[in-house]
Amino acid sequence: MPKVKAKRKSTVIDMTAMSDVTVLLLTFFMLTSTFVQKEPVAVTTPASVSEIKIPDVNVLQILVDQQGKIFLNLDKQEDKVAVLEAVGKEYGITFTNEELKKFKVMTSFGVPIQQMKSFLALEPDKRDQILPTKGIPCDSLNNQFKSWVRNARKQNSELRIAIKADQSTPYPNIKNIMSSLQEIRENRYNLITSLKNQSEDM
Amino acid sequence: MEMEMKEKGKSKQKKKSVRVDFTPMVDMNMLLITFFMLCTSLSKPQTMEISMPTKDKVTAEEQTKVQDTRAITFILDGKNRVFYYLGEPNYSDYKSLIESDYTANGLRAMLLKRNKKVVADMDELKKKKLNLKITDEQFTEESLKIKDDKSAPVVIIKATDKANYKNLIDALDEMQICSIGKYAIVDITPADEFLLANYEAKGTLNGNSVPAN
Repeated sequence: MPKVKAKRKSTVIDMTAMSDVTVLLLTFFMLTSTFVQKEPVAVTTPASVSEIKIPDVNVLQILVDQQGKIFLNLDKQEDKVAVLEAVGKEYGITFTNEELKKFKVMTSFGVPIQQMKSFLALEPDKRDQILPTKGIPCDSLNNQFKSWVRNARKQNSELRIAIKADQSTPYPNIKNIMSSLQEIRENRYNLITSLKNQSEDM
Repeated sequence: MEMEMKEKGKSKQKKKSVRVDFTPMVDMNMLLITFFMLCTSLSKPQTMEISMPTKDKVTAEEQTKVQDTRAITFILDGKNRVFYYLGEPNYSDYKSLIESDYTANGLRAMLLKRNKKVVADMDELKKKKLNLKITDEQFTEESLKIKDDKSAPVVIIKATDKANYKNLIDALDEMQICSIGKYAIVDITPADEFLLANYEAKGTLNGNSVPAN
């Protein structure tokens, strides 16, 4: 007797091709992406047509938020510790090894040096919470920003200074930073901008 | 499958399938892709930079050239407004200060017109570079030479306290687009503020004391 049973179609799909595609995508993302740096404040950089890429290493990033509060970020952890010690020395503050270790793993920093000790004693998520309300003082009476940059330069002579400011930051704040940099003879610095398509408004 | 076979009573030894189910593998990969997409930024196509010249050195140099016909002074004001005047400011005529904007028809059109020669030269040079006729080093060298043109305009950027960072970047951007070789960011003077106030008052401040520069 011949078999007449209709062959049931299998619902199993071959996932090999799918797997190939996903692995390819994964490889692409792993190779082309860099991890997002945690920043204390969200900053929208203005657009420009400049096409010079920012270097990967030896960057001192100056983050300026809408209110003109300043945060710094050094990409080398060893430098960071040395700079903190140097700045602390200038203000007569010494840090313990534990505090230095905590400071080393922080991404951005920006509290007045006098409050640094109590700030480092806080829990990490508590620190993230209050960091956006602080900022490094940068005015004519109390210009700690200058001593941070000066000591960072002393630590690493190949340092590039990059200013990343929000597009709505008032100009006087920017001027203040620029003139502070000039006072310590840092005349070459970069302004971080986002890419603008030149053809769109031409 | 084996159960099925036993029921049917087939005794033939089944060859073990070499097929592997890839579904969990795909699941895991998708998860990883999602993670990478959310936690990383693509190798920073957006972070670009502008190198700024020494401010104090240039200021002294440019200030002596203000009388020159080459000078164009930009005044960046709040609310995204921008004004410019050519050469020496004329304090008695409020119309010497011209209001413009950051669009292609504003400052850029004016600068491109005044910087025609350099722009044309730069376009040619860029074309050469695109066709791989010259190397990158040659390009930088040549563009420096072109931008050093003695008749090209010199732009002085002055920003009032009401301006914001975006205005400054926009103005600097125009320098880039219009191949302006020499520009400087200078602090605003009371005289410039007078010009602005006079413009707002439609020249009614004429004859009043002009603050010294």
